[in-house]
This record gives sequence, C-alpha cells and structure tokens, in this order.
Amino acid sequence: MTKAGTTVSATDRLPPVARLPRRRGIELALIVLAVLLSLYGYCHVGLARTGSVPPGAVGYGAGLGVLALLAHLAVRIRAPYAEPLLLPIGVLLNGLGLVLIYRLDLETPGDRAAPAQLVWSTLGVGLFIVVVLLLRDHRVLQRYAYVSVVTALGLLTLPILFPAVNGARIWIRIAGFSIQPGEFAKVLLAVFFAAYLAANRGALAYAGRRVWFVQLPTGRVLGPIVAIWLISVGVLVLERDLGTSLLFFGLFVVLLYVATGRTGWIAVGLLLAVLGAVAVGWLEPHVHSRVEDWMDPFATIRAGQGPNQLAQSLFAFAAGGMLGSGLGLGHSILIGFAAKSDFILATAGEELGLAGLSAIFLLYGLLVERGYRAGLALRDPFGQLLAVGLASIVALQVFVIAGGVTGLIPLTGMAMPFLAQGGSSVVTNWAITALLIRLSDSARRQGAPYGQPEQRRAYGTARVAP
Amino acid sequence: MTTYIRHAGVFCALLLLALLVNATRVQVFEASTYDANPANRRATIARYAQPRGDILVGGRSVTGTRDSGEQLRHERTYADGPLYAPVTGFASQVYGTTLLEHTEDGILSGSDPMLAPLPLWNDVTRARSPSGNVVTTLDRAAQEAAYRGLAGRKGAVAAVEPSTGRVLALVSTPSYDPAELSGNGDAVTSAWARLNRDPRKPMLNRAVRQTYPPGSTFKVVTAAAALDAGVVTDLDERTDSPDPYTLPGTRTWLTNESEDCADASVRVAFAWSCNTVFAKLGVDVGAEDMVSTAQAFGFNDTGLKIPFSVAQSTFDTTVDRAQLALSSIGQYNTRATPLQMAMVAAAVANGGQVREPYLVERTTRKGGETVEGAGTHDVRQAMRPTTAARLRELMTDVVREGTGTNAAIPGATVGGKTGTAQHGVDNSGTPYAWFVSWAQADDDLEPKVAVAVVVEDASADRGDISGGGDAAPIAKSVMEAVLGLRDADQRRGAGGRPAHRR
Repeated sequence: MTKAGTTVSATDRLPPVARLPRRRGIELALIVLAVLLSLYGYCHVGLARTGSVPPGAVGYGAGLGVLALLAHLAVRIRAPYAEPLLLPIGVLLNGLGLVLIYRLDLETPGDRAAPAQLVWSTLGVGLFIVVVLLLRDHRVLQRYAYVSVVTALGLLTLPILFPAVNGARIWIRIAGFSIQPGEFAKVLLAVFFAAYLAANRGALAYAGRRVWFVQLPTGRVLGPIVAIWLISVGVLVLERDLGTSLLFFGLFVVLLYVATGRTGWIAVGLLLAVLGAVAVGWLEPHVHSRVEDWMDPFATIRAGQGPNQLAQSLFAFAAGGMLGSGLGLGHSILIGFAAKSDFILATAGEELGLAGLSAIFLLYGLLVERGYRAGLALRDPFGQLLAVGLASIVALQVFVIAGGVTGLIPLTGMAMPFLAQGGSSVVTNWAITALLIRLSDSARRQGAPYGQPEQRRAYGTARVAP
Repeated sequence: MTTYIRHAGVFCALLLLALLVNATRVQVFEASTYDANPANRRATIARYAQPRGDILVGGRSVTGTRDSGEQLRHERTYADGPLYAPVTGFASQVYGTTLLEHTEDGILSGSDPMLAPLPLWNDVTRARSPSGNVVTTLDRAAQEAAYRGLAGRKGAVAAVEPSTGRVLALVSTPSYDPAELSGNGDAVTSAWARLNRDPRKPMLNRAVRQTYPPGSTFKVVTAAAALDAGVVTDLDERTDSPDPYTLPGTRTWLTNESEDCADASVRVAFAWSCNTVFAKLGVDVGAEDMVSTAQAFGFNDTGLKIPFSVAQSTFDTTVDRAQLALSSIGQYNTRATPLQMAMVAAAVANGGQVREPYLVERTTRKGGETVEGAGTHDVRQAMRPTTAARLRELMTDVVREGTGTNAAIPGATVGGKTGTAQHGVDNSGTPYAWFVSWAQADDDLEPKVAVAVVVEDASADRGDISGGGDAAPIAKSVMEAVLGLRDADQRRGAGGRPAHRR
C-alpha cells in the first residue's frame, strides 16, 4: 500500500494504487446468514406458539432472500468496493423486524401489520437498488442541496393539513396508506446540511462577532442555516413530533461541529437544547407528561391508574432478563397499541433478552461505525459530511427511541430503524443504507487507507489566525 | 476534519454505551424489582401458564387443573372439594390462595427454587420449573368417615398419629367447594360474596382456625398436671372435694351433672366427668403448674404451623383461684382448636410425648422423585411417661364403662374423654359436644390414632347434647377407618345406648 505523497488537496484524485479486495463474497455469505437467522426467528415463533412451523415460512424466507440477493446484485454491479457489512445488517434488522411484527400480530388477530410491512420493505429494497444503480457518484447530490431543502420543508409541513393521530400530526393518508413525510425529510436535510456546510466551511470558521467566549461566524453564513433549522423545529413542535425534532437538532449540531471543529458550537447547541427542552416541557402538556413519566414511570401505578406504556415497557425489558423468554413467549403485547411501532424494542428485549438486545444495539453500532469509517476515508468534504450525517441520523434515532423505551431519556415517539412497524421509516432507512453503500464504495475506490495522518494535515480546518 | 469526525464518532459510541449500560440496568439489576411490581401481570400470567401441581391423599390426587384458554390459562379443579377444603384451601385467580395451596404454592406453581434442575438455574434462565406435587399425611378413609359422621352439622374433626404427629384427618363442616373460587369470572366473585355472607360460615376452617371451650375434655390436662405435680398419687384414693364446690373467694357454686361426685376418687371423677373434683384439683395444683402443663401440651403456642398456621389455643396465665378452678375444667378463658385436643389425646397415647402435627409427608417433582421430605418436627414431653400410662387407664375406663361407651371398638383398646362445653352469654348457647380419644388395635404395638371431635350444633334439645352421644360415634368411625376395623353390627347415625351426661 503506497502512501499518498505530500499534502493533497480535496479535488485531487489518486489513481487506484493497489487493487483492493472487493469482499463481495463475504457480503453474500453474511446476507445468507442474515436471511437464515430471520427465517429461524420466524419458524421459532411458530414452533413456540403452535408447535409447528408457520405456513408462510417458505414464502417469507424466499421473499427476504430474493430481495436481499437483488440488492446484493445491485451492489455487486455498481458498488463493488462497498462495505460488505452494511447490506447484511440492513437485511438482518429488517428481517428481524418483520419477525417481531409477525409475532405481535399473533396477539392482535384483527389487526395485522406484517403483510404491509413486507410490502414496504420490498419498496425500501427497491429504492435501495434504484439508488445504488442510478447514483453513480454521491457528489451529484451537492447540486440538489436547495431542491432537497425546499422539498424537505414541504414534506414537513404537509401533515399539518391532515388530522392528528395519537396526539402527533405527522401522518398523511394517501389511498389507504399512511405516510410519515418527516422520515424522508431527514435524508433530504442531511443532504442539504452536508452540501451547505461543505461549501461554507471556510466562511463558518472565520471569526465573526465574539459573544462571551464563543466565536460566532458572520450572520450572513449562519443566518440561512439557523433559519432552516428553526423552521423545521417549529414545524415539528406544531406537529408534536419531538423525537424527530430532537434528531434534527442533534444532526445539525454534529455536522456543524464536524465541519468547523468549534467546540463552542456544542456548548451553544447543548444550551439551546436544554432551553428548548425546558420551554417545550413546560408549555406542551403532551411533552410535560412524558417528562413526568420518565422521572417516575410508576407514578400512575401508585395513583391506582394502572401502569402506563413506559412502565409496561420497562416490565417487558425486565421480564427478558439476560437471555429472554424466547421468541413468541413474552407478553410485550401488554404495552398496548404502540407495541409494534415505537415499543418494538421492548418485544426484542423481552423475548431475546439482554443478549439479543445488545446484539441489536451492536448491529446499529456497526452500521454507524461503517458510515463514520467511510466518512473518514472519503476525500471530499461533502462526502465526508454526508456519511457522518447519515450515520449520525441512525445513531441519534436509535438513541432517542431506545433510550426512551428503556427509561434512559424522556420518551419521544420515533421508529426504530428497520425494526419498527412504519413504512416510511423502512423505506427511508433503506435509502440511507444505499447512500452509505455508495459513499463507502467511493471511499474505498479512492484507495485511501482509513485515517492516514497526512489526511489530517490535508483536511484540518483552515483556521485563520485573527 | 477527520479529527472532528473521530470526535463525533466517539460521541456516538458513548450514546451506544449509554444504551447498553442502561439496558443492563433495566434487564439485570432492576429486573427483580420490576418483576415484583404488583401492576406487572407477567408473574400472574406465568403462574397460570402451566398446570398447577397436585395435592395427593392416599396416593390419589384430590386436585386438578382445567385449561380455560384465557390469558390466565389453567384454573384449579377439585375432585372432592368440600371434603378436603379444610386441607387444600382454595387457589383462586382473584382471591389468592389459602392453607396448603398457599403454604406449598412454590411447589405447586413451580416457582420453588428446589424444583430447579441446578441451583440458580431458574434465576439465570428466568424459567419456571414444571410444578411439583404435595403428598399429604391424610388418611382418605379417616377423612371420609369424619365428613360422613358430621353429616353437615357444624363441627370439626382432627385426627393425628400419636407416634409421629402425622395429621390423618382434618374436617370442618359445613364446608364449601373451593373450585367455585378458582377462576376469575363473575361466577367467582358472586360465589365469594355468597360464601362470605353465609351465616353458617362454610369457609371457616373449624378444625384449626377456630377455638372452642374444650369443656370436660380439658380434664385430661388437669389430671396430667395433678399426677405430675404429685397432688394425686393414687387414682383410687378418695379426694377431698365437696359437691357442690364453692369457687375459692366467691359465693358461686359449681355443680355436677353426675351423681356420686362428692369426694370421688380421680378414677371415678374422670369416668363420670365430675366438675367439682377437677376444679378443685386445678386449684390444688396451682396456676404455675397448670399453666406449664397446658403449655407443654401446646396451649398458648402462637407459632404452630402444620404447615399453615393454627389458631392459638389458650390457657389463661393470669388467673385468681376461682378463675383457675373454671379454667381447669375447660371453661373461663380456656379455649382449644380441635387439632389441639387431638394433640392432647395423642400425648396420652404416646407416653406423654407431644409430636408436632404436620400435614405434608413430602413434596415431589412431577415425575414423583422427592424434593423435600417431611423434615424434623418438635417433640415435647408434656407429662411423665408414668403419668401418661395412668391417664391411658383413666381414658380406657371412660370408654369401657363411663360416658364414652359409644366409642368402643371391638378388637381395639380405645381411650376417650367426653365434653360438653357451655358457652355464650350466661351459657345460653347450644353447648358444644366434644369427644377426644385414641385407639390401639389389639395386634398393634402402639396407638395408631388420636382424634378430637367437636359438634357445635348437635341439632337436638339441650338436654340431649353430650360428647358421648353426638361426638363419640364420629370419633369411633374415624378410628375404625384408621385401624382398618369395621364393627360388624355397627349402626350408623345415633349412638347405641343413651349416654350419660358428661
């Protein structure tokens, strides 16, 4: 492996020096493993419940297998250098999600969600294939920064025209399907943030006014981005979707920090977050009760009103213990109506135990880590920021919802990536995976070993002494 | 920029770590607290997810389970509900468990760690073992004989094996069918209300949870105290006891129902149940010795468990001489459970040793291998062996030629003592008919059974009530059942000859 010479600039392309191993075989093996694991889970549910393999097992296994293989082929053709872990992780999490939803469907015979979820998963994988095949270079997306931000804001405001469901106004209903446009907006905003920050990195780093001990950039640069962010958050507060609002905020702060390297941003961000949280917590009864539940999940029990959803969720996790009750043998349905969506993790926790839950967390961790790794290896700031942004979306989303259902932070409604019932979420996450595939392919195609020291010299922030 | 990406990556790693740590907290460290939360239905669901273990009498199960197909799947059924209710208690999905169903619940529901294949196995796997069974000491024939004998009258029977303390019969009537309370529907709620409203108190376990004035049956204890203390040395020596006897320090006269009680010997007084003689004997023995003898027999013991708790039988420890006189003939504040009086008879039969009664022979796994045996039980010496031998003599006299002839069994030595206990305001209530006895078949080495019978509402005129008339035949049929003897020309129902009163 030869090293790049002296400092290189962002636009330089090194010729591929050594042919990197493509590792598509590993990916295929892992995909087979992921499909088999999901199929095993599906059969286990049937065996545990009725003592026989469920009739749809062959169809389920074949369907998931075909989808995964098609995705694999697309990657093989168009992104041969991509990370071999990304796709199998997506397949495994999606397959496991289908198993969990199918398992919960057994408790609610009148309300089956697995078939729809399977349709959405198919759509998601379809989108994945389309993105992998058509998007030959991620840098194309830079051109659509403003288009995507306008689209994102449009999508975010759309649900205000539709009635609220369970206190949140985040769905639109089209032809019997309910769609959560906010899910798609996440990716579009990540694209916009990455493009904008990549273009204005230098300007942002220049010292503007100095407030207290924080160097602020000039208003001209900061203005648009803060405005966009404020609008999106404002919309979310109107829609009562706190999880997504928290996610955007986190994404914004992380990308700003990565682009400029200003720790001050984090301080300001946290300060803003705390202020916003306190304000919303006080003003918004819906949120206020969530915070109260988080402070004391069992208050409603003592008040004689029975356990609330969070308490039921904690009961489910506790019932799982180290090894879980086994698929199909838990009672997480006691959580109630959100068991298949926001609280799907409780079913995983109860039936797969701490072992299974940790495995799921680590799968997400791997997904995020591979995204970051691609970000480190890429040579163009937009690609770096986009990879970090997409990986952070997954990380923050997992943290917000998993932390919420396990009582670590106040509960905010959000879909667990790939696992939870929710078509928009599944499709969005497949799109994120597709973009990460493309980014990691570019990163390794560029042949740069990960995280070489000279890169740091090359891409260090261009700080200009005041 | 890579440096900052790394920092952001570390931040994400910290989030992941926080999730893992918190999941460990919830699923491992807090798990038992959350599992035990009363609002958590899982324990209840798990408890009824598998068939409940059975309670066995004489090798056959007196319980069962029924799969209801509901969330709480298995409901308790009873083969012979009312007969065994005073032993099994009920196992209700709404009202919890009582008696054996309660004390042995760990075995019966499968949650007992002893059932686990390896120590701590269930704690790690969070699984529940298949439920185990409880083998009781009961004698099926004795239990049935007692239930038949009481024939629905208010009363109770307790029978024990004198040499071991094994409880052979425990019957309380009127009884109820615990199966009515098993499930969780409206029927259960209304049955509960009905049973609790019932003035005849069918759910009261009269054999162990109700105390009665023991009346003249307590004279066994008084006689033991007198013999042990040396107040009486010769059973046939005339005592110095006037008839009527004026209670010390009062002007109240105590009288007898029988003739020839003035200065009667202890043997005669015992056979004919002379109140005056025994009241005076109690006073002569003195409060201290009376209390210590009564307590050696098991009175004033709050901790008796067989394995479910038994109501405390009392002998007042702070009495003046008049109260002591009344206490010594089983009145005033002297109260006893039928089981306690069976223990008194058993002590006489067993050389003065009181064996702590117990009901669980062993607990087993589903397959039958023993989980836990009967364990060790206390033995107390209630009186000297010589005293016990003399009391056996006195008690056999009662059955041979005294007030207890209705309990005589051909082919066996039977000793007994009748009692008729006054109670209520000014003794206005229907007196309780008592009979305590033990029996030894002619070809046995030791007495095999001691039994106490109390009949509350012997449905007859006051004049006709007597331990000998109402209670002795029941005791007899129970003893016959245990000894395996059957009186050829036995007439069921009322006793043979008209009985002497007290």
